[in-house]
Amino acid sequence: MSEVKQERKPEEFTNRDYQAGFITDIDTDTLPPGLNEDVIRHISAKKDEPEWLLNWRLEAFRHWQTMTEPHWPNVTYTPTDYQSISYYSAPKSQADGPKSLDEVDPKLLETYAKLGIPLREQEFLAGVAVDAVFDSVSVATTFKGKLKDVGVIFCPISEAVRDYPELVQQYLGTVVPTGDNFFAALNSAVFTDGSFVFIPKGVRCPMELSTYFRINALNTGQFERTLIIAEEGSYVSYLEGCTAPQRDENQLHAAVVELVALDDAQIKYSTVQNWYPGDENGLGGIYNFVTKRADCRGARSKVSWTQVETGSAITWKYPSCVLRGDDSVGEFYSVALTKMRQQADTGTKMIHIGKNTRSTIVSKGIAAGFGNQSYRGLVRIAKSAEGARNYTQCDSLLIGDKCGAHTFPYVEVKNPSATMEHEATTSKIGEDQLFYCQSRGISEEDAVNMIVNGFCKDVFNELPMEFAVEANRLMEVSLEGAVG
Amino acid sequence: MIKIENLHVSVAGKTILKGINLEIGEGEVHAIMGPNGSGKSTLSNVIAGRDGYEVTQGSITYKGRDLLAMAPEERAWEGVFLAFQYPVEIPGVNNTYLLKAGVNAARRHRGEQELDAMDFMQLVREKAKLVELDQSFLSRGVNEGFSGGEKKRNEIFQMAVLEPSLALLDETDSGLDIDALRIVAKGVNTLRAANRSIIMITHYQRLLDYIQPDVVHVLADGKILKTGDKNLALELEERGYDWVREEAAA
Ligand SMILES: Nc1ncnc2c1ncn2[C@@H]1O[C@H](COP(=O)(O)OP(=O)(O)O)[C@@H](O)[C@H]1O
Ligand SMILES: [Mg+2]
Repeated sequence: MSEVKQERKPEEFTNRDYQAGFITDIDTDTLPPGLNEDVIRHISAKKDEPEWLLNWRLEAFRHWQTMTEPHWPNVTYTPTDYQSISYYSAPKSQADGPKSLDEVDPKLLETYAKLGIPLREQEFLAGVAVDAVFDSVSVATTFKGKLKDVGVIFCPISEAVRDYPELVQQYLGTVVPTGDNFFAALNSAVFTDGSFVFIPKGVRCPMELSTYFRINALNTGQFERTLIIAEEGSYVSYLEGCTAPQRDENQLHAAVVELVALDDAQIKYSTVQNWYPGDENGLGGIYNFVTKRADCRGARSKVSWTQVETGSAITWKYPSCVLRGDDSVGEFYSVALTKMRQQADTGTKMIHIGKNTRSTIVSKGIAAGFGNQSYRGLVRIAKSAEGARNYTQCDSLLIGDKCGAHTFPYVEVKNPSATMEHEATTSKIGEDQLFYCQSRGISEEDAVNMIVNGFCKDVFNELPMEFAVEANRLMEVSLEGAVG
Repeated sequence: MIKIENLHVSVAGKTILKGINLEIGEGEVHAIMGPNGSGKSTLSNVIAGRDGYEVTQGSITYKGRDLLAMAPEERAWEGVFLAFQYPVEIPGVNNTYLLKAGVNAARRHRGEQELDAMDFMQLVREKAKLVELDQSFLSRGVNEGFSGGEKKRNEIFQMAVLEPSLALLDETDSGLDIDALRIVAKGVNTLRAANRSIIMITHYQRLLDYIQPDVVHVLADGKILKTGDKNLALELEERGYDWVREEAAA
């Protein structure tokens, strides 16, 4: 007798070819593998850096050598051999540093075009300025001139070191000190490129700024450094995107992002992370070990982190806010998707120091296949933080029964006037929800996507419009099954 | 429209339906009544194609085709609609968005052009009036935070938008107060049509005062024990189900 069986189980809807997995064939100037003081001197010399920065790097390196790699996150992986990776790789054609757009190697333009990031003048995304970082160097930054007209500086950090050394020296490492943690120390020693943003007093940045990170070369690590400074009363919305080729080897991405918000300044920082996740057996993929922190230095300043983490074999990051200024506000909106053998240990830290500081944490974790993920969050209310408030909501959605989701909320309250709210849910993608959609004429596959996107909606709503669509699509890419 | 022959169904190894025979012609409205746990929802779920129901014997022919060979979404495209006894909440998925996806999937299946957002909104607004569903429900998450009665009204609203050939209303009346019942019944009556068959599952005769069925069946112990006209419903209301069982056993 005929019985209609679902032919595909939800966990099978989780593998799909990684669309950004191609390799750009380009001549590179790559340092041989290995890490020592000479390598650091070499990187610094390549970038024509001032003495103080070289010394800063060397100090970080010496500190790093005394540190051991932490193992507390809820992830397992083959440790990185730090002597077997190369710490600098750049396309030869870009050897003399960032060029004007007309001079950018067509192969690079083509690479970014394939990724949906047009860098040619006539094809620019309307209202979005892009800094394109390829392996260790920035290859192009669009709309630089237009931004300059209103006093906004948006350029590769290596260029900022050259053109605005006092600004860089004033702020670099003040949010994430060189010795903050193992990976931050490593990054400080060997960082190559990344973006620098400066929004002067009272300026509302007229367009979205974005950096697109691409790892291409084999056996290299990417160590980018981003520094964003928003002066009094300014506003900026910044987005980063990331992809890498499909390779069997793991590659390390250890970035540091520092944000500084002065009085009444607002920074909205969004991430759409789609590094290569490895294959269904867990072979290859990026180790995404990142330190991101915002210093809400000024009164009434506000920083919002929004992240959509769909890629990487291992993700380990906690974009945090130090709420120093009175009445400052920190927000963290996160969607993390782990499928196949992906693992993520991610969350945030909200450190309340100023009076009446407020923080909001909304974390949505989706685990599918053999994916494993943990939300780890710390809310600390210092003694000085009179009237602080935190709201935390973390929801997990499981697809299939071989995946896992965990939450590790930590709370430290030193001031009794604090108001804390915490909500947490874990749900399985319901057979009844799927059937409901199907009975309305929606295929099972579309239904899974619809339910997942619905689950993420509160976070997607926080993304700039241009990228909300992209995020929706990414979730789709990740969950669609090959239709048989 | 639909012909069910000798249908046996088991759930989790337990036999629930034990030889159902039922035929419903175009435009007919049939009521299926029966005590709790008799298998009414099981029958509607099997017709709509829910996973986990094993058909061990029998067949269902719908518009001349083997219904059991079709995936649930395909049944929907072919005009099967189930108004759920317990409509599920799908947080964050916009009510209208879900319906639009459903309507357009069916249109693609029929080789028709998809409705654009404007046309669809117009259609939806019109249909919402039919069940006096406030416009604000259209943009909310599917059943998210709806009251019991609102969920049921939403089901009939969806029926109005999807315009099915065969609608199964599984206890659409339960949980409705008398005013809501009247509104829902009015909606269903408006949707009665010569090319649309309706199966109403209920265990109160109350609903049948508002929606007059052509045929009434009694489903108990996994079988259709008795079939009659709307007077049968009145009799059941008065005498309960036991006499039907006894009569069938005799
Ligand atoms: N998923 C299920 N697993 C186990 N038993 C079930 C399941 N669904 C229904 N049943 C059983 O099948 C019988 C019929 O249920 P149902 O069709 O819901 O009855 P009705 O709708 O007539 O009240 C009941 O005994 C019920 O417990
Ligand atoms: Mg029932």
